[in-house]
Amino acid sequence: MLLRRVIPCLDVKNGRVVKGVRFEGLTDEGDPPELAERYAQAGADEICFLDITAAPEGRGTLLDIVERTASRVFVPLTVGGGVRSAVEMRDVLRAGADKVAINTAAVDDPDLITTCARRFGSQCVVISVDVRAREDQPGAWEVVVQGGRKPTGLDAVEWIERAVALGAGEVLLTSIDRDGTRQGFDIELLRTITSRVSVPVIASGGAGKPADMTAAVTEGDADAVLAASIFHRDIHSIDAVKADMAAAGVPVRLTGEAA
Amino acid sequence: MTDSSMRVAIVDYGAGNLVSIRNALQLLGATPVVASTADELEGADVILVPGVGASAPAMGRLRRQGLADPIVERVRAGTWYVGICLGLQLLFERSDEDDAEMFGLLRGDVVRIADAPSLPHIGWNRVERRQEHPLLEGISDGFPAYFVHSYVPAPADAAVVVAETEHGATFPSIVAIDRIIAFQFHPERSGEDGLRLLANTLGLITAGSATAPAAMVAD
Repeated sequence: MLLRRVIPCLDVKNGRVVKGVRFEGLTDEGDPPELAERYAQAGADEICFLDITAAPEGRGTLLDIVERTASRVFVPLTVGGGVRSAVEMRDVLRAGADKVAINTAAVDDPDLITTCARRFGSQCVVISVDVRAREDQPGAWEVVVQGGRKPTGLDAVEWIERAVALGAGEVLLTSIDRDGTRQGFDIELLRTITSRVSVPVIASGGAGKPADMTAAVTEGDADAVLAASIFHRDIHSIDAVKADMAAAGVPVRLTGEAA
Repeated sequence: MTDSSMRVAIVDYGAGNLVSIRNALQLLGATPVVASTADELEGADVILVPGVGASAPAMGRLRRQGLADPIVERVRAGTWYVGICLGLQLLFERSDEDDAEMFGLLRGDVVRIADAPSLPHIGWNRVERRQEHPLLEGISDGFPAYFVHSYVPAPADAAVVVAETEHGATFPSIVAIDRIIAFQFHPERSGEDGLRLLANTLGLITAGSATAPAAMVAD
């Protein structure tokens, strides 16, 4: 039986880990490989780097970071942010990433999903989808791109089903409404999506306490939970999240003293 | 500590990323070299075949690069073989996935995972011990490992199965016999337990190399 995963996410800008709420008020938090290693030792089941560097000239830095991380971190590494072509995906995978998340580029050109899945395998291709609840239509969500700033008019369920049909092997689903709020995941959104697709869904946006992450799994049926701020600020440890999940009967990978 | 002179040829045939396994071997004190031609296998103590993907295109690439026969010949002559993921599957005779003919170093076929709740089988799953084996020394039974695959081996000889994993069906996740050691999961992506397993693998190879290989004794 597959174990549910806990994934710390590191936002990377110009080669440094930064944090802020919805890309605003960023502060420098350190060297990405160093922080990734610390999380791996603390029990992270996977590490996610999200590159939010705006300028294309910052891209080389990301490859260097991935390479340095792969030389000291021995859990899976997912990299997202700004990958716009199969060639860019190839470079990130060659640098040592296991999976690449694509977001805006896939909305602009859905065939990119198929191209990458055929070339590298579906297991490498994560469709990252940021959604916002529709005010005019309860129980429906709209896909937004460019870090949540630009609405697309696409319905979240339709887009995710299409992306999976095109070859995406996993869905990284972020509720922009909840992102950075620490008020818990949007369980209704998770339920809606997990009941419609057979590939794993990673819940993102809203983690505030271990019970939120457990609920994303037990109520939302998420395969994995992703969080940034609660781990960065040592508000809660990965072990504490897993202990809460284990107590609720969720199969997890316990490491170190928790094992 | 592993003998740093141990040369591990990591076979590069365009089937996935070699960075992690190379880094892990380096960390453990071995000397990994990437081999994409038969000449580059020369002098290797261990041939390590990694890889993610389908077996027929993989065998096609290995043949085009002139690697398939030399790998089989060298392993039959006593070079160690370490297989990871697809590198485990290629050891067997035939795969249901596109009917590929493979190395045939072990008897049996490769089949799609039966009754799997999801495919591909991606993520962390438990590895359950089926026999006492030095590979598993210091690693707790049922340890979690990282998998990425849809096909699994069905060995003709149950004695090669060191550990198994359940995902719908139960399948061999570690096989080992004589100078062959192979993992269906990715030890280089399986955290501390995975590194320990690789360290045990290198230790077993160092210790086992002191004696004549079983195949040669039998001949």
